[in-house]
Amino acid sequence: MATQQTRALGKLAVAPSVFALFVWMIVPLAMTIYFSFLRYNLLDPNIACSLMHPGQLFDAENRCLAGFSNYTYFLTDPAFFKAMGNSLILVGWVLGISVAGGTLLALLLDQAFYGRGFVRIMMIAPFLVMPTVSALVWKNMMMNPVSGFLAYLFKLVGLQPIDWFAHAPMTAVVIMVAWQWVPFATLILLTSLQSLDEEQKEAAEMDGTPPLSYFWYIVLPHLIRPMTVVILIETIFLLNVFAEIYVTGTGGRAGNLPFLVYQYGLISNDIGGASAGGIIAVILANIVAFFLMRMIGKNLEA
Amino acid sequence: MKRVYTGVLGAMMLAALASTALAETKLTIATVNNGDMIRMQGLTEDFTKDNPDITLEWVTLEENVLREKVTTDIAAKGGQFDVLTIGTYEVPIWGKKGWLVPLTGVDDPADLLPAMSGGLSVDGKLMAAPFYGESSMVMYRTDLIEKAGLKMPDAPTWEFIGQAARAMTDKAAETYGVCLRGKAGWGENMAFLTAMSNSFGARWFDENWKPQFDQPEWKATLDFYLSLMADAGPPGASSNGFNENLALFNSGKCGMWIDATVAASFVTNPKDSKVADKVGFALAPDNGLGKRGNWLWAWSLAIPAGTQKNDAAQKFIGWATSKRYTELVASKEGWANVPPGTRTSLYANPEYAKVPFAKMTLDSINSADPSNPTVKPVPYVGVQFVAIPEFAGIATTTGQIFSAALAGEKTADAALAEAQDAVTREMTKAGYIK
Amino acid sequence: MARAVSKRRKLIVTVLAWSIGLLIFFPILWTILTSFKSEGEAIELPPKFLFFAWTTENYAVVQERSNYLLFAMNSILLALGSTLFALVIAIPSAWAMAFAPGKRTKDLLMWMLSTKMMPPVGALIPLYLIFRDFGLLDTRGGIITVLMLLNLPIIIWMLYTYFKEIPGEILEASRMDGASLGKELLYVLTPMAIPGIASTLLLNIILAWNEAFWTLALTTKDAAPLTQFIASYSSPEGLFWAKLSAASTMAIAPILVLGWFAQKQLVRGLTFGAVK
Repeated sequence: MATQQTRALGKLAVAPSVFALFVWMIVPLAMTIYFSFLRYNLLDPNIACSLMHPGQLFDAENRCLAGFSNYTYFLTDPAFFKAMGNSLILVGWVLGISVAGGTLLALLLDQAFYGRGFVRIMMIAPFLVMPTVSALVWKNMMMNPVSGFLAYLFKLVGLQPIDWFAHAPMTAVVIMVAWQWVPFATLILLTSLQSLDEEQKEAAEMDGTPPLSYFWYIVLPHLIRPMTVVILIETIFLLNVFAEIYVTGTGGRAGNLPFLVYQYGLISNDIGGASAGGIIAVILANIVAFFLMRMIGKNLEA
Repeated sequence: MKRVYTGVLGAMMLAALASTALAETKLTIATVNNGDMIRMQGLTEDFTKDNPDITLEWVTLEENVLREKVTTDIAAKGGQFDVLTIGTYEVPIWGKKGWLVPLTGVDDPADLLPAMSGGLSVDGKLMAAPFYGESSMVMYRTDLIEKAGLKMPDAPTWEFIGQAARAMTDKAAETYGVCLRGKAGWGENMAFLTAMSNSFGARWFDENWKPQFDQPEWKATLDFYLSLMADAGPPGASSNGFNENLALFNSGKCGMWIDATVAASFVTNPKDSKVADKVGFALAPDNGLGKRGNWLWAWSLAIPAGTQKNDAAQKFIGWATSKRYTELVASKEGWANVPPGTRTSLYANPEYAKVPFAKMTLDSINSADPSNPTVKPVPYVGVQFVAIPEFAGIATTTGQIFSAALAGEKTADAALAEAQDAVTREMTKAGYIK
Repeated sequence: MARAVSKRRKLIVTVLAWSIGLLIFFPILWTILTSFKSEGEAIELPPKFLFFAWTTENYAVVQERSNYLLFAMNSILLALGSTLFALVIAIPSAWAMAFAPGKRTKDLLMWMLSTKMMPPVGALIPLYLIFRDFGLLDTRGGIITVLMLLNLPIIIWMLYTYFKEIPGEILEASRMDGASLGKELLYVLTPMAIPGIASTLLLNIILAWNEAFWTLALTTKDAAPLTQFIASYSSPEGLFWAKLSAASTMAIAPILVLGWFAQKQLVRGLTFGAVK
C-alpha cells in the first residue's frame, strides 16, 4: 500500500530522469522542427536564399523560411518510399530471424553438453562487437566477392561467388544485422528457459511427453513474454540501423530511413530537408511503436 | 596552517601560469588515412625540431568520416581543428564563403603546377596548399596487350580502349579487359563517369543550370560504359571502387584500369603487385573532341577561419607542402614515394624523371582544365565534379542510379531519365532552376 | 541435474552445438587470425587457416600510428562513466515506479523508450550547436552525458523489473524502523538488487562501448573512444586487411574479455521482467 507520503516521494524520485529525458527530447526536437521550416544548406546558410529569392521572409540569422516545402520535397522523393520499405524489410526480417534463431539457439544451449560455457560465449560474442567493426569484417573478410571467405567457400563447391553488395545488398545487410541481434535474442530467451521449472521438465520427461508437444505446450507459452521483450527492444534499435549500411556502401539500394536522412543532411548538406526527414522518421517510428504496444503491450503487464 | 595552504595554492597557480606562458602551441590536424598522409605523420620530427614550441596532434580518419566531421565543424564553427585536409571540391566553395584563411607561408608558390594552384585559389589568393595531386590515366598490362596483338598508343581513343579490352578478355581464365569504377558515390563512379563524359562532350548543366542527362552526349557515354563493362568488365563491377579495382589489377585480373595516377606507385610495387613489371601507362582516352576523360584532384591543407593558431598552422602547411619535405621523403623512402602532382620542380628533377609513371602523371594533370572541363561552355568549375554545395548530394543519387544500371537492374535510358528527374528536382529545390 | 542424459545424446548435442557455435563465431575468429597474417596472405585464396607465417607486425604498425591506449582508456571511461551516471539517476526512478506506482507509470516507461526513436542524424546539427555553445565538443563530460541519456530508458526499465520482484514488505519494514528514503535505497534495496544491477550495468557498458554515431560526431581527440580509432583504418587507399583486422581485434578485445568473465551474469540477468 503506497501511502500519500510515498507517492510524493515517488514523484520526487522520478523527477530527475523525467526532467533529463524531457530536456534531451524536447530541445533537439524543437530545434529540428524549427530547422525543418528553413531553407538551410549547411555550406550556404543564407546567401543563396536572400540573393535568389528576394522578398522572401528570413529569420534572425538571415536564413530563408521555407514553409512546408522541405516536408513536401521529402515526402514526394521517390527515395522516401523505397527507404521506408527498406526500413520495414530490415526490421521485419531481422526480428523474424532473431526470434526463430534465438529460440533454437537457446533450446540448444539449454541442453547438457561438453564445453557449454565456451559455446555460449561464442554464440553471444557477435552482440559484443561494435557495429562498425562488424560491418567492416563482413564487407571485407567475409563477403568480398574476390578474396572474401564466402567467395572461397562458393568456389570450393564449384559455384560462382555471390557479389553480395551488388546483387543482394538487402540480404547482405540483413545477414550482418541479424548476426548481431540473434545473440541478444538468444541471451534473453535462454535466461527465460533456464527459469523453467526443473521439476516440470522432469515430469514431462517421465510422462514420456513427445519433445515437440512438450515444446509446443510448455516451452513456447513460457517464452512468449521474453519474445515480446526481444521484439520491443530490437525494434527500437533496428529502426535506427546505420553503420552496416554506411560502411558497406549499400545505401543506394538498401538504405533505410535513417540513411536517407543522413544523405539529406551530411551528403547534400541540406539541413532543412534532413530535419524534415528526421521529424517524419520520428512520427513513423512512434506509429510503429504505438501498434507494437497495442499488439504485445499486454504481455508486458507492469 | 591556513597560510601554508594559501602558499601552496599560490605556488600551484604560479606554476600553472608559467606553464601556460611556456606552453606549446598544439595544432590539431584533421587528415585522411591514405599512405602519403600517414607517411608524413612519421616524418614530423623534421618540423618539430625547428619549431620546438609547436606540437602536432593528428586526427586521422577515413575519407567519408573526415569529410563529414570537417564540414560539420567548419559550417557550425565548432573550432575543433587548426589544419584541415580537404579536396579540390571543398576549397572553392569554402574559400568563397570566407571560411578559410589565405595561405601566406607556402614555399615558392610560383612552383606549384598551374592546374593545381588555379583550382585551389579564390580571387587570386591561395586558400589551400596541395599536398599531393592526381589525375587519372590508363594503366595496362604490357604482356596482355602484346598477346592480343595490339599496341597501346600514348594517347588512346575510347574506340581503341573498347577494342583492346574486348581482345584481352578471357573470362575462363578470369582475365578481364578493363576494370572501371562502378561503386556508387560522387567520389567513386561519378568521378570516373563525369570525367569520361567530358571526353564525349557531355556536361552536367547548361548555362542556365538545366541538367543535361536527357542529351545524346550522356546517352553515348553511358551506353559505351555499360556495353564495355558487360563485354570486358569483371563480375560484380557495380561494387568496385578504387580499392577493389586495385586488388583486381594487382592480382593480375585486369587488362586495363583507368583510375587515379597515384595508383601507379601501388601497381608497380613488387611487394603488393603480382604484375609490377608488366605495367604500362597511357593518357586517359578521348573521342576526338579535344577533351580527355581524366580528372584532377588534390588533397590539400587549409586553415579554417577563426583559428587562434594561424601562425603555427601557416608554418606547418609551409613545411608539409615544401620542396624540403619532398626531398626528405626521397632521402628516406625513395623518389617513387614522394607525394606527386603538385610542383613543377619535382618533374624537372632528373632523379624523379626515372620513376616510370612520372611523365604520364604530369601530362595527365596538365591536360585537365577545371574551368573548361568539357566541349561546350558550362556555368561551373570542376572536372569530375561541379563546385556547388549541392553537388555531393545529387551526384550521390545519380551514382546510385548508374551503379544500379551497371548491376543490370535498369537500362541506360531508364537510368538517364531517372537521373534527369532527380537532378532537376534537387536543382529546383535549391533554387537554381526557377 | 537430476535428469539422466544418455551419453550418446550428449555427444550428439556437443558436436551440433560446437559446430553452430563455431559457425556463429567464425567471422570474429577469422578476423583474429587475419590480424596475424601478412597483407599478402590476408587476401590470398585459398586462405590459410593456421599454417601461415604468424606475425605481430600489424599490431606494431597500428600502435605506432595511433595511440591505442588513449582510445581504449576513453572507451572505458565513457562506457563506465555513462553507465554509473545513469544508474544514479535511474535507481530512485525505478524504485518509485516499482513501489509507488501511479496510474501512468507504464505510459511513462513507454514514453521514455520512445525518446530513443529519433534517427540520430536528424538531431546532429542541433546537438552540435548546443555542444559548441556550451564548450562540450570533444569533452568526456559532454559525451558521457549523451551516452547516459541514450541508455537511461533501458536502464530504468531493467531496474524497474528487478525491483518489482522484491517484496515491498521488506522496504516497508525498514521504513518502520525510521530509515530515510536515501538509506532505504542505499542499504536495503540496492544490496537486494545487486545481481539485477550488475546485469544492467553490463548490458549498458556494452551498448555504450559500441555506440558509434554520437561518439564519432562529437569527439575529435581528447575524448575520442575506439569507434574513432577504427574510423582511421576503414577503407584507406589500397587493401590492408591484416591491419584492419588487427585494429578491429584491438577495438573489440576488451569488451569480449568482459563478456567472457561476465557471461553468467548476462545469461541470468537479462530478464526484463519476462521471467516469472
